[in-house]
Amino acid sequence: MTTLTVGRASVPAKYLPVLVTGCLFVAMFVAGGIRYEGFASGQVILNVFIDNAFLLVVAVGMTFVILTGGIDLSVGSVVALSTMIAASLMEGPGWPPYLVVPLVLAIGSGLGLVMGYIVHAFDIQPFIVTLAGMFLARGLCYTIGTDSIPIQDPTFTAFAQTRIDLFGDLWISPSVVIAVVVVLVAVYVLHYTRFGRSVYATGGSEQSALLMGLPVGRTKITVYTVSGFCSALGGVLLSFYMLSGYGLHAVGMELDAIAAVVIGGTLLTGGSGFLLGTVLGVLVLGLIQTIISFEGTLSSWWTKIFIGMLLFVFILLQRLFSARSRR
Amino acid sequence: MAVPAPVLTMTGIGKQFPGVRALDEVDLRLLPGEVHALMGENGAGKSTLIKVLTGVYPADTGTIELNQAPVAFGSPLEAQQAGISTVYQEVNLCTNLSVAENILLGREPRKRGRIDWKRMRARAGELLSRLELSLDVSAPLSSYSLAIQQMVAIARAIDIDARVLILDEPTSSLDADEVRQLFRVMRRLKEEGIAILFVSHFLDQIYEISDRMTILRNGRLVGEYLTRELPQVELVAKMIGQELAVLERLHGTAKVFDRPLVEARELGRTGAIEPFSLTIHEGEVVGLAGLLGSGRTEIARLLFGADHASTGEIAIGGTPQSLRTPRVAMSHKIAFCSENRKADGLIPDLTVRENIILALQATRGWTRPVPREQQDDLVERYIKALKISPPNPEHLVRDLSGGNQQKVLLARWLILEPRLLILDEPTRGIDVGAKTEIQRLVAELSDGGMAVLFISAELEEVLRLSHKVEVLRDRRLVADLPNDERLTTDVLMETIASGGRAS
Repeated sequence: MTTLTVGRASVPAKYLPVLVTGCLFVAMFVAGGIRYEGFASGQVILNVFIDNAFLLVVAVGMTFVILTGGIDLSVGSVVALSTMIAASLMEGPGWPPYLVVPLVLAIGSGLGLVMGYIVHAFDIQPFIVTLAGMFLARGLCYTIGTDSIPIQDPTFTAFAQTRIDLFGDLWISPSVVIAVVVVLVAVYVLHYTRFGRSVYATGGSEQSALLMGLPVGRTKITVYTVSGFCSALGGVLLSFYMLSGYGLHAVGMELDAIAAVVIGGTLLTGGSGFLLGTVLGVLVLGLIQTIISFEGTLSSWWTKIFIGMLLFVFILLQRLFSARSRR
Repeated sequence: MAVPAPVLTMTGIGKQFPGVRALDEVDLRLLPGEVHALMGENGAGKSTLIKVLTGVYPADTGTIELNQAPVAFGSPLEAQQAGISTVYQEVNLCTNLSVAENILLGREPRKRGRIDWKRMRARAGELLSRLELSLDVSAPLSSYSLAIQQMVAIARAIDIDARVLILDEPTSSLDADEVRQLFRVMRRLKEEGIAILFVSHFLDQIYEISDRMTILRNGRLVGEYLTRELPQVELVAKMIGQELAVLERLHGTAKVFDRPLVEARELGRTGAIEPFSLTIHEGEVVGLAGLLGSGRTEIARLLFGADHASTGEIAIGGTPQSLRTPRVAMSHKIAFCSENRKADGLIPDLTVRENIILALQATRGWTRPVPREQQDDLVERYIKALKISPPNPEHLVRDLSGGNQQKVLLARWLILEPRLLILDEPTRGIDVGAKTEIQRLVAELSDGGMAVLFISAELEEVLRLSHKVEVLRDRRLVADLPNDERLTTDVLMETIASGGRAS
């Protein structure tokens, strides 16, 4: 078996990419702590969670899709559409949040279901199908309204502004709790249910999975539904964060989510990767933003440059690993 | 002895593909506790019959009865649930998952809805020990050899409460020991009353293990026979539909080779092959004999520029050349028909014509496309010359049988009119009929002045075709033997075994 010896313990090759991302995260944190005053505190990490809870949820859905070897480009638009529907229903007819949120989640899941069905039933590349879904959802935002709609519902805003105090001065928002629950549920599903294992099998080899008698079609449809659900939930979390609905929210977020998944060590060809990696990927992206804001003099576009460079490095690393494991 | 009631009966099965009648009125019955061999050349319809049986394709006509009850399977899953398990020719498992998962995927033991990994590993270990294997079941499948993967596939197949086990060429990637192990397992399963359908191109294996056989030819049923009552010669005759012409050494008259074409001088590559010297003359067939992994393919790759030599030099037509890439080799009219036709050679989703024309087009560059008329003309000629079936240039290569795919690959290189043709295991996994045709073709080509480097695991084949035989052992060229009356397979085997010290 391919193992790499790290110190005295040996790590199976499949955990290596996650380990690399983990080390990168720690290294960035340590470097930031040395360079900037007040950086090395627990709250800085918690802030990364607070500011990126929605991205984390979206990236979880994306991980499912990418593990099957697919891709979902529609997530950013579905996030925007979700904020738009939520805001307009609460502000216009004055629907209560406990009606609006389930409706939004149902719409997101429904969009994912339809895209998954088209991918499976007509055997079309997911890239094209979800690209169409991306335009559709983004367009639908503007049929609701072209301007930003503020959310003033008292229950909703109260929930959004809640601080959950941990020990010391540390605190998190309810969104973080939701995101963490989503991650834990997703880990359970991927590793302890037949559906989860079918996801890996389908990504490993669709043909084999079919001949082994696995429900490949159902698995593919389900992952897009999961991704749709996660995008809608991400949209709800984003509206907590922004307290508004807007058609220009979350532009390009699908690419952030894909970047997080790839930096987390999941192979774009499918079949290999872990959710823990995706979590680390999101944290790395968030920490880059934090470092740049601490630096102060750099414009926020530097975030993109760093993400770009990181992606290059990680894709090359993946190539290296997969080439070696094939030997 | 009374014949027990068959577990499975297929009657009057017919299957039509676009342009091909794959199966026509085929019957098959499997008896419990028997190994039943399904025989036929490539393209005879064996694979199609199996796919109809396991629900991959629906049958156009005919009925399938399992335990006297009519059944029709819509998918492999349904067939599995009815107790028909299949191990396919190519290992169809997910190499990214662990051994245990590959055995139990889709029916993992569960505890309150969640997968019970501990019990799963234990169960997988049990099943493997039934096959006398002990593996680390939590390791990814990709860390094991193809042979082990095959065994894992069988372990998966027998875990389902199988009444019918279909083994589609399970032995093609196994070595002798592993085959023995597989046969032991098959005998044990037979005693448990499972009906086994076995497909293999190795006649010796068929005679060793099978009780009964059904022979197909061109999609039609030839008949069902008891193995012990059918001599091998008759079997072959029934399979190819004619008395097999006795294959003599194909080269009658001794030729004189005085015009060296390719000379390798102390050519070697660290870790792949030790420095060797080899001269190939025009019109000469040079056979490479040796065990798997002895360096046969490595020599071929060096001569084709697919690998770089670390020492030595190559001279072509007397002048030293450096073969940096296959393109350079091709410009010197060297062609290489690779061992693994699926991975390295053919593009399954393109047509026969497109596959054949590919190398020719590559030498011209994309700015100068081969005119369509010329393409049609060339392709038609080679389809006829190599008897590619079906003779339709627009047929997808994917749908061709293994032997015909090999011929398409051969045609691709022959179109370039190479001066040296390297054939790496051109006859592996293809049937007797196609094999003889390819062998005859090699002989004809060499008579026409082409040099051929012929690599094969079958010593008889090497002997039949070659003018001289190079023997390899442990990545070293150990002997250079002229092929005359004194050279027999026994001598060759001894040379391989002794490493050439005796001679």
